[in-house]
Amino acid sequence: MLVLDRVGKTYPNGVNALERFSIEIRLGEIVAVIGGSGCGKSTLLRAIAGLDRASYGAITLDGEALTAPHPKVGIIFQEPRLLPWLSVADNIGFGLSDLSAPERRDRVAAALAKVGLSDKAKAWPRELSGGQAQRVAIARALVVRPEVLLLDEPFSALDAFTRRDLQDHLLDLWSETRPTLVLVTHDVDEAVVLADRILVMRPRPGRLFEGVDISLTRPRDRNSELFETTKRRILTALDRSLDQAAPDPAAAAEAGDALWW
Amino acid sequence: MTMTLDTPVESIQSLAPQSAARWRRWTRPALGLLLPLTVAAAWEWAVAAGWSNGRLVPPPSTVMSTINELARSGELVRHMAITLERVGAGFALGVAAGTVLGAISGYWELARRLLDPTVQALRAIPSIAWVPLFILWLGIFELSKVALIAVGVFFPIYLGVMGAILSVDRKIVEVGRTFRLSGPAMIRRILLPAVLPAYVVSLRVGLGLGWMFVVAAEFMGASEGLGYLLIDGQQLGKPAQILAAIVIFAILGKTTDWLIEIAAMPFLRWQDAFAPSRGAF
Repeated sequence: MLVLDRVGKTYPNGVNALERFSIEIRLGEIVAVIGGSGCGKSTLLRAIAGLDRASYGAITLDGEALTAPHPKVGIIFQEPRLLPWLSVADNIGFGLSDLSAPERRDRVAAALAKVGLSDKAKAWPRELSGGQAQRVAIARALVVRPEVLLLDEPFSALDAFTRRDLQDHLLDLWSETRPTLVLVTHDVDEAVVLADRILVMRPRPGRLFEGVDISLTRPRDRNSELFETTKRRILTALDRSLDQAAPDPAAAAEAGDALWW
Repeated sequence: MTMTLDTPVESIQSLAPQSAARWRRWTRPALGLLLPLTVAAAWEWAVAAGWSNGRLVPPPSTVMSTINELARSGELVRHMAITLERVGAGFALGVAAGTVLGAISGYWELARRLLDPTVQALRAIPSIAWVPLFILWLGIFELSKVALIAVGVFFPIYLGVMGAILSVDRKIVEVGRTFRLSGPAMIRRILLPAVLPAYVVSLRVGLGLGWMFVVAAEFMGASEGLGYLLIDGQQLGKPAQILAAIVIFAILGKTTDWLIEIAAMPFLRWQDAFAPSRGAF
């Protein structure tokens, strides 16, 4: 269980990026965090990943506080961030340096096969297309078998076709070990395809606006009526979240008391 | 889906580029040699035709025969060896100091605050200005010459290493952090490989300066070395000897630079810029 308890982040320049964010995420759940720019989505993810410390509140995984990068927590960024001086296979094995060489080789080979890139094992990252590179990044994050996988707009730099392909692919990979996925996105379509639960965020300061459970069965048909209805519901929630951004006396009052802790 | 499309296309293309690459391998150096060889041939012909007596600008054949003479008497090897020795020692010292201090300043902010302003101030001094001081401190023999070369080599290496470390992509460092690399592992697995391309460039710049400063060092009173050949040629009015020394400087400079490039190549194959078709040769 991943628990966020009144997590807040104030940057040194005084910007309140995230305020009083609380959520409980079960193991194996897929949660999409959606919202306009400046709503603290990435801040939230970086705090869970332990890359930035939260200013307030607590983040725990199975009761253990997450304040620095944790072996059970993996992250995939918007860009593949492959190490250009390592071959594709060595990139995937980057987090496996504790294993013996043959064991590492087996795990990497299996991961390469799963993302369909066995023939690219010896290629340099520069020789890959954007979609291929992002698949390597997914393999690199999953090969260490994390309990929680964080995804920061992982497909937003790809073309629509590749994006859909990778979304389906991600679900396939997820179904094998069923880690918890926390996916930050600004693509409503993507959120509805992937998530069990969608958290709609509200900007300035970043707060949780509404949580929506998605009970559509998988695999989800992007063209079904129900899919469209669900999408519309999320879009409406997003619209309302922006409407209330300006005048919100309740938030102002709570922001005042947030200074106390 | 991409793979099924990729495979046949690649196998068709793979035949043509190979022979084209082989062709380029031989034509490229030939193209580079075209200009100097044409100029040399034209000058040779102009002197042979009697349009110039070639006394102040001797034709290539005279320069060649001067080099031959120097080589036969064994003098050339002696001068080359001593100059190479000076450059080698100065380069090694400059690289060692520049690498260590540059790495410290790049990695550790407090050290940068303490050290960098002083180094930058020293860098602003033309290195030749140190010559009188070095001679007073270290004497007129080898030590002062090596010191001058080392000073010339130091600055580009220091700047290159520090700048390279400072400009390592934060995003790549974050990858290391998410895999919880320790400090030494972060240096070995992320920083060193990331810094290497810029380091090789600064080594080449440093070596170029080393060759520049060895001439300055040998001007300030040497009895052997290629720089001595230059001065000797001027004082005795032997322009062919000056040109011979210049040609040998060019050959040695280019060869040592090329050696660095060759030595670094296996470590930099991952770079786009070091793809074989784009190399200097």
